[in-house]
Amino acid sequence: MTDYRTLAFEEVEVGDKLPSLEIEITTGLIVSTALATRDFEPVHHDKAVAQATGLPDVFMNILTSQSFMTRFVTDWSGPEAVVKSVDIRLGAPNVPGMVMTVTGRVQAKDDDAGEVEVAVAGENNIWGMHMEGCVRLQLPGS
Amino acid sequence: MNDEQQQAFEQCLYRFVGRQVCARTAAKDAVNEAMIRHWAETVGDANPAYTDAQWAARSARGRIIAPPAMMYSWNQEGFPVVAQGRAPDAQTELVDLFNENGFTGVLGTNVKQEYYKEIGLGERVHLEMVIDNISEQKATARGIGYFFETLASFSDQHGDLIGTQRFRVLKFIPPETAAAADGGGAEQDTLQTPTRIAAPRGHDNSWWWEACDQGQVLIQRCRNCQTLRHPPRPMCGECQSLDWDSIESCLEGELLSFTELHHPRIPGYPLPLICGVIRLREGVNLVANIVGAEEQALAIGMRVQGKVEQVDEKTMLPQFYPAENGVEK
Ligand SMILES: [Zn+2]
Repeated sequence: MTDYRTLAFEEVEVGDKLPSLEIEITTGLIVSTALATRDFEPVHHDKAVAQATGLPDVFMNILTSQSFMTRFVTDWSGPEAVVKSVDIRLGAPNVPGMVMTVTGRVQAKDDDAGEVEVAVAGENNIWGMHMEGCVRLQLPGS
Repeated sequence: MNDEQQQAFEQCLYRFVGRQVCARTAAKDAVNEAMIRHWAETVGDANPAYTDAQWAARSARGRIIAPPAMMYSWNQEGFPVVAQGRAPDAQTELVDLFNENGFTGVLGTNVKQEYYKEIGLGERVHLEMVIDNISEQKATARGIGYFFETLASFSDQHGDLIGTQRFRVLKFIPPETAAAADGGGAEQDTLQTPTRIAAPRGHDNSWWWEACDQGQVLIQRCRNCQTLRHPPRPMCGECQSLDWDSIESCLEGELLSFTELHHPRIPGYPLPLICGVIRLREGVNLVANIVGAEEQALAIGMRVQGKVEQVDEKTMLPQFYPAENGVEK
């Protein structure tokens, strides 16, 4: 069994940068994540329907963007962190052929609640900002 | 839409505020390992709190939890959406009203989820949703429109609140010109890689850009007094002559000033990007990108050597390297 470490609240400083994450956007990823979040809207699996909306191909659903945002932050924090909120402003769609780079930094700490606020941005290499916002996490004390 | 029509429309529109989209409804499936595993596999989330029962048993929680980001997934309609479309509810009625009045564009702009309680295997998520608010008419970058926000509340089988979701959507009148210009987008089958914004070319400067396209940087020269000038303009600042020709620059120069751009992120521009002012040996200044060196390695006064290069599919530009790099022209 792997030993997973979780950051303690005291270990984290405002300004800390999270390791960035690159996600290759493929048709397989878009369709699989849409279905795994039970989003059967045709724009996420049927190219012709997506094209009728003016986009070149199927595009990532919002629940998946939320999922990547939380995964990105808990990859860094470790599994004992409790996610308190995910607040996202949505930008350009992610479509197959793009690469999304997710970056983040700690922007605030709440000593009373033992919570940290991480600013996260996901940017794709073709159209720019796909999502930006913040994730609030409660971390264990040391 | 005239004022009277708008008033009538808004009267119908704002009646939707507070309307229930769905009453508290139980998810078809309780939180279960299989659906969590599918989610974790596709998202690439290796968090053992979701999938490793052994680890979870020893963790502070003492049990597996559902990924918070799945909160909305449990109550999703599923395949019937493909087969039959969405069943009518207050939200689909609202969307229909917008569409009938020309607000056919749709854009999800914000989504915020808050989590109050973690839930484990076997627990059942219940969802209820209302249309929480509708904005006044706004002029947005996309067009004239209205924002509406749905508020979803999630509770467990005991009725305890698990979390909430606010989802903000813009319904707008899409500009017809945009739709016509890209042919509705449907024929555009491949992903277009954005290029840099082309410099405007007019009567007084197109000759300069055309030479640049051919790999040359020209400097305008007054035929009357021989004074060099850049950027291109019709009249000599020294003698007011309109008569000019040009010489080709050797692109050797000195860095007068530079800055590194990080914002705004504009598609087509690799950031960070260093912009410099270069004093060319011929005696005029040129603004261009400095490449081949980190910003920290640059210094005012250093020698630079330029080269006209293709920077993207459509754009030729002079770029400058530190002269030590021994760039051959
Ligand atoms: Zn002159």
